[in-house]
Amino acid sequence: MSETSAPVSCHAAPASVAIDNPFVNGLWKQNPVFVMVLGMCPTLAITNSVQNAVAMGLATTFVMVCSNGMISLIRKLIPKQVRIATYIAIIATWVTVVDYLVKAISIDVYKALGAYIPLIVSNCLVLERPEAYAGKNPVGKSMLDGLGMGLGFAFALTCLGTVREVLGAGTFLGVPLFGRNFEPWVLFLLPPGGFISLAMWLLTFTLVRERHAKQRRDIQEAAIAQTMEVSS
Amino acid sequence: MNESLTHIFLDAFLINNFVLCVFLGMCSFLGMSGKFSTAWRMGVSVMFVIIVSSVLSYGANLLLVRFHAEYLRIIVYIIIIAATVQLTEMFIRKKSPSLFRELGVYLPLITTNCAVLAVPLFQTFRKYNLVQSTVFAIAASGGYCVALSLLSLVRERTDLGDIPLLARGTALTLVLAAILSLAFMGFAGMGNGG
Repeated sequence: MSETSAPVSCHAAPASVAIDNPFVNGLWKQNPVFVMVLGMCPTLAITNSVQNAVAMGLATTFVMVCSNGMISLIRKLIPKQVRIATYIAIIATWVTVVDYLVKAISIDVYKALGAYIPLIVSNCLVLERPEAYAGKNPVGKSMLDGLGMGLGFAFALTCLGTVREVLGAGTFLGVPLFGRNFEPWVLFLLPPGGFISLAMWLLTFTLVRERHAKQRRDIQEAAIAQTMEVSS
Repeated sequence: MNESLTHIFLDAFLINNFVLCVFLGMCSFLGMSGKFSTAWRMGVSVMFVIIVSSVLSYGANLLLVRFHAEYLRIIVYIIIIAATVQLTEMFIRKKSPSLFRELGVYLPLITTNCAVLAVPLFQTFRKYNLVQSTVFAIAASGGYCVALSLLSLVRERTDLGDIPLLARGTALTLVLAAILSLAFMGFAGMGNGG
């Protein structure tokens, strides 16, 4: 529960606390994939190899930093009724930039990512951040928020890509890991493998967070018991 | 491209089902599949949006190619989709206020449903003509609707089961989706004959 209340306290917190928060917030506390479960389409579709996962993560990060910054810059000019449409138009502009950028940098990556680069426009995560954060906060913080969220997204994609590539193809970044006798578990490269590995990662994360929460509760209870003893 | 209409239909509907095999429209797939009654209505709303925006963006693409402005494609498509969603929203609010309330925030979010943007993009990449595009849009959105309804039916069952607290929620839904996806892989063999 403490995780879910984090964003609220972050917004309301005094500036001294919030300065470095947006970045860490996106990276871990409110990880877009593992905690908020946003941006599922590229998470599942592009993660059949580590290289694709990293490329997709970086492309999304770039779009998020730029669009968050731009939206935050003009946030006072946008009328409230048409804000979503404005956000989408700005995001679509940056996605077009990334589309041509990736094509210019590496045609191989461009072919591997295919239609999923234009589809960054309809990644819920990219639209959710301006709505929840950049529309209300100054430029620097919004860009930092975009960077943190983007890198958190890239991190999650890499986690998934690693599992799927190692199990499904027996390689990491194209380098074979096992001997010649390794029989690749092809299922993990296919769509069902994406669903299963994401489910397993989610379970792992829930388990870890539950453990932490339980530890914190135990410590608190022990402290309360101690004060009770002292006072009695 | 001289693909036959049947092949396009089967390919988008079953073999490369938009949700279970190409991973499009995941957010609403995981979010809206709790109850069958909302799920199928959501599916039908998305079907409507996809078909209308597919036809409109086919026309828009002709104009863009005519004026050599292909770089505006993403922006134009998303604006068409946003307008269609707005139209659907107004229509549903007028026709069925209860459904409007049930769909809630997911209705405007159809705009950011990747499945909706993917149909115009794919039909442009594959150079489909108008008839092919329409069939493709109907098949793809029908596939989305079927997958959403199937998952919601399974989830209604698992709600009654005794599931460990940890696995409840998204993780369980993902495992169910994986099993459905495995089942849909069985259709892959149909592709070779087409």
